[in-house]
Amino acid sequence: MTGRINEVWVYLAATPLAGLTLTLIAYQLGLWLHDRTRRSPLVNPVLIAICTLAALLYATDTNYSTYFDGAQFVHFLLGPATVALAVPLYRQFDRVRRSAGALLTALVIGSLTATASAVAIGWVFGASMSTVVSLAPKSVTTPIAMGIAEELGGLPSLTAVLVILTGIIGAVLGTTVLRVVGVRDERATGFALGLASHGIGTARALQISEVAGAFSGLAMGLNGLATAVLLPLLYGLLF
Amino acid sequence: MAVKYLIVLFASQLAGEALALATNAPIPGPVIGMAFLFFGLVVRGSDSEGLDSTVRGLLDNLGLLFVPAGVGVMVHLPRLGAEYPAITAALVLGTAITIAVTGLVMAGMMRVLDKGKTP
Repeated sequence: MTGRINEVWVYLAATPLAGLTLTLIAYQLGLWLHDRTRRSPLVNPVLIAICTLAALLYATDTNYSTYFDGAQFVHFLLGPATVALAVPLYRQFDRVRRSAGALLTALVIGSLTATASAVAIGWVFGASMSTVVSLAPKSVTTPIAMGIAEELGGLPSLTAVLVILTGIIGAVLGTTVLRVVGVRDERATGFALGLASHGIGTARALQISEVAGAFSGLAMGLNGLATAVLLPLLYGLLF
Repeated sequence: MAVKYLIVLFASQLAGEALALATNAPIPGPVIGMAFLFFGLVVRGSDSEGLDSTVRGLLDNLGLLFVPAGVGVMVHLPRLGAEYPAITAALVLGTAITIAVTGLVMAGMMRVLDKGKTP
């Protein structure tokens, strides 16, 4: 009997459908827990799904690449979803245009803070050089961050993980941090979430309001751009 | 979810990817695609109910789309374990500081701007 179950498992684990279905189930579990805790930002559905899946793969001794064969169909939609952020941005364009001055100032200061704080704290706490370099673009959306890490001699796949952890941390802590420092403006809330924690922060901002979501998606795109241009330049000056 | 709105999204991304490849730009295709769609909407002068609902379907589940890449954390557990004090500090403190600084600068500038416009 155990042998038979094992055979079935081996077969199922090898089809892409298993990875795909399990990803959806794990996320649904995260959403359910999120709803059960009255949508507390501390109970983040992305974090729950990742922990559940990682534990499951570990327990069944399944390779990440086997899992990703199925999960890539979900991963693929990140591209079209990034394009889709143009729509809330367009709908809020009047508001965005009126705050262009504030936005650009916050972009430059925020972008430098994101990189400088990650590098300085990692260095002070004794991280290795390749980890520090992989940490530098942690606030930037995954594909840009991976490209930057590669260019500077970090580890792109490590950067991808650090970027996603940063996104989760921003989504979990962001609104609390902003409340503590007394920021209530929805535009500033969205912009800060998107700049510091890219798409996962934007998913959180979209829960707050469309205004916050639009500023967050914009901040994500602009910070990706600013970091891609500024970071290699700074690195070239320093080393 | 009408097919034509999926075409709009995929075609914008495709055009973005093509431009990124052709110019060796450091910006990923989807971000350029976002700019294309945005300018397309500006030129057209309006968005449509159909595009809105297709986009909402995707963005309502934005978090889900990060899960597959996030599970990659298991590949890096040895390094994360070995350097976990530094990595945790950099991620948690760095992100909190960035959110606080960005939010404060933006909110402060907005107050100045809003005051300037409503006498």
